[in-house]
Amino acid sequence: MTSSSALPPAFPPESWIKVLPQGLYVEPGNFFVDPVRPAERAVITHGHADHARPGNIKVLATPDTLAIMRARYGDGAGSSLQPLPYGERLRIGEVDVRFVPAGHVLGSAQAVLEYRGCRIVVSGDYKRRSDPTCAPFEPVPCDVFVTEATFGLPVFRHPPDGREIARLLHSVELFPERSHVVGAYALGKCQRVIALIRRAGYDKPIFLHGAHIPLCNLYRELGVDLGELVPATGLKKDAFVGGIVMAPPSAVADRWARRLPDPVICMASGWMTVRQRARQRGVELPLVISDHADWDELCQTIEDVGAPELWVTHGREEALVHHATGRGIRARALALVGFDEEGQGELPDVEHPPTHDANPGTKPGLGQGALL
Amino acid sequence: MKRFAELIDSLIFTPSRNGKIRLMGDYFTHTPDPERGIALAALTGGLTFTDAKPAALRNLVMTRVDPVLYGWSYDFVGDTAETISLIWPPRPGANREPTLTEVVETLAETKRADVPKLVERWLDALDAQGRYALIKLITGSLRIGVSARLAKTALAEWGGQPVDDIEEVWHGLTPPYLPLFAWLEGREERPAVGEGAGFRPLMLASPLEDVDIAALEASIYRAEWKWDGIRVQLVARGGECRIYSRTGDDIGPAFPDILDAMEFDAVLDGELLVLRDGVVAPFNDLQQRLNRKAVTGKMLLDYPAYVRLYDILFEGPEDLRQLGFEERRQRLEAWYARTTPRRMDLSPMLPFETWDELAELRNGARENAIEGLMLKRFDSAYVAGRPKGPWFKWKRGALTLDTVLMYAQRGHGKRSSFYSDYTFGAWKGDDLVPVGKAYSGFTDEELGMLDRWVRNHTTKRYGPVREVEQGLVLEVAFDSVHRSTRHKSGVAMRFPRVSRIRWDKPPHEADRLETLERLIVE
Repeated sequence: MTSSSALPPAFPPESWIKVLPQGLYVEPGNFFVDPVRPAERAVITHGHADHARPGNIKVLATPDTLAIMRARYGDGAGSSLQPLPYGERLRIGEVDVRFVPAGHVLGSAQAVLEYRGCRIVVSGDYKRRSDPTCAPFEPVPCDVFVTEATFGLPVFRHPPDGREIARLLHSVELFPERSHVVGAYALGKCQRVIALIRRAGYDKPIFLHGAHIPLCNLYRELGVDLGELVPATGLKKDAFVGGIVMAPPSAVADRWARRLPDPVICMASGWMTVRQRARQRGVELPLVISDHADWDELCQTIEDVGAPELWVTHGREEALVHHATGRGIRARALALVGFDEEGQGELPDVEHPPTHDANPGTKPGLGQGALL
Repeated sequence: MKRFAELIDSLIFTPSRNGKIRLMGDYFTHTPDPERGIALAALTGGLTFTDAKPAALRNLVMTRVDPVLYGWSYDFVGDTAETISLIWPPRPGANREPTLTEVVETLAETKRADVPKLVERWLDALDAQGRYALIKLITGSLRIGVSARLAKTALAEWGGQPVDDIEEVWHGLTPPYLPLFAWLEGREERPAVGEGAGFRPLMLASPLEDVDIAALEASIYRAEWKWDGIRVQLVARGGECRIYSRTGDDIGPAFPDILDAMEFDAVLDGELLVLRDGVVAPFNDLQQRLNRKAVTGKMLLDYPAYVRLYDILFEGPEDLRQLGFEERRQRLEAWYARTTPRRMDLSPMLPFETWDELAELRNGARENAIEGLMLKRFDSAYVAGRPKGPWFKWKRGALTLDTVLMYAQRGHGKRSSFYSDYTFGAWKGDDLVPVGKAYSGFTDEELGMLDRWVRNHTTKRYGPVREVEQGLVLEVAFDSVHRSTRHKSGVAMRFPRVSRIRWDKPPHEADRLETLERLIVE
């Protein structure tokens, strides 16, 4: 089935799967994968808002992804929602479709598409390390592997998540009179961080920003154990002393957080690898926990699927294309628009404003020689 | 090394002083000797070893990483130490991770040419956090927002002893400071007071408001100028010479010209200045000499350093600190006449009868190098810290300018939910040019109002910075203004702070850049 020979397949992949303004279009099945504009027929890899958008007519996704879309969009999730569990096959037009776990968030899937002996895997967003809240990624050998590259630079090597959680819990112990507020994306990251905290043995109630409550409830309904969760609304400041509060990234260093007693601002994101990023956001305890593959995972996955051709959808495409080309793989960037460059939402790139750069008014702290 | 690396990282991200003190204390509790003592030496700048050059590290990383990928990575990260620490490829089955002590001891006996080989092995054995700490350490600059004084304060709080007691014994000790930790853990007696070129905590002055002065008896105070440089302590004991900043950081290496001139045995208190033909240069000139590990001959010529002496603490082995100010001053004058050190002079005393007379003197001083006046009780002993009463600083009245708020940035720590750092501008033609930044001078209540105003009048966002409508006038107070080539406006203010929020004033009535330029004293 899979051809790894140097000869191009009889039906070159780009003859049946195309980049259109609405997104990745699969012609012989007449459907889009993760369309950025409402489509007649959409195959959705996972529930994040830049992949699962409202307003499609027919939607095919895993049962968990459909549940997430219904929770987020209600009737806007789509006129007809068709669940396809992992591993089951469905023929759409002339294309065979099945979902394989992507390990990104609950319900996340790679779309495995087969047409006339050619297999293309659209992996959506994925990671390789284990996550207590979702099924692990499974590599599928294929002719074309379509990958993200959110963390497609070799500086991104996410540390073991257990170590990051241990740092959080140590800080909670070291500053018992303060609170710890953890910024995390509402779908996936929030629940994973909670599950990891539980796994580390922390069994006190965890407080939730209002924006996190619906999806945490949904995860629990879908069978993910998150321990005792308490809404962070309507409580006195004292209630949070020594506690952990989960909130969206935009809230942790903003007015919402003023209700918390001297909060240690934490952020769970792959971007926290880069110190300047963390500092710009006023983060005191950066936690490098990501739901995206790091550089090693991206490279490993390219090896594992053994595809002679690689298409890179979004992120830092140039480095991954460069790496793959060096391994003798035909690689190109698809230049798809509409995907959240930052991968996690709500962590915008920081441009530098033309401000008055130095602060001429203060005597500089001594010992701040220019390094490197 | 792992614990040290974690400490370094936490210190970098923790904005509050108390938080840093807690982190260092936690480190001292959980780290055994001699490792914690070596870390203390690293934090206080007390280590000497063959350092590594950044270029050597970059060459090293190029042997292990695709240069194209390195280039893109560096563009993204923006810092060489951090890029190398992150991009260094793991080598399975690498050596055991070194301790901080091993790193420091090995480097101390290694020739520079052999350093890269060593470093390569260590980089292989460490994780990214460890590699970052290693690179910061061996390139000779931790730059983590911790002064030597703060590290000693953390040690003092951890051990339950006054920090000045630690300063007193400090110089008799060397890394890894085993007797010091033994004392602080109650296992041994306090170590003997060091005889060498240690730092003696400085005596500081309290600010004096104009209204308070009437309550003071003029005849028991002595007056001198408060010079606008940086306060230093010159220590020359037994052939060893040191220049300490106010906080006890050794800044000697940046001022070899002063060190050369310290051919005496004494401990002196003075103001470090750049002086040309007897005239004190603007503070900006001194800034060119600060924060350097080494200086070029050209810098020494272009920015000649000088110390204006205020006080004498030791003459030879004799401790003069218990004498009254006037007696010490006489000793200082006699010592100066005998010794005539190069690159130093005495800060002149200013005779006066009444406060009014002194106020007139103060207001008449337009020289930029003068920040105001120092008032010292004639009988004040030299004591560490800032006792209220014996010494006052009486600053010159501030200059003010009406400016327009242009950008606001989020603060840190407790202010992280507030837009609390303000960039303000003055008119040049029909445009505003930024002329400075201020983040103090307002009450908490005013901060809340400014924060709301910024949020409601944002025109653009750049991450933590917001650009705002040209709609709010801030009256800014500052001590002086200088020419600056570093800023687009060509001017730099000293100590700008918000003195009033002019909710009432239309922005077009704010001051013009020319007004500010006229205040420059050449």
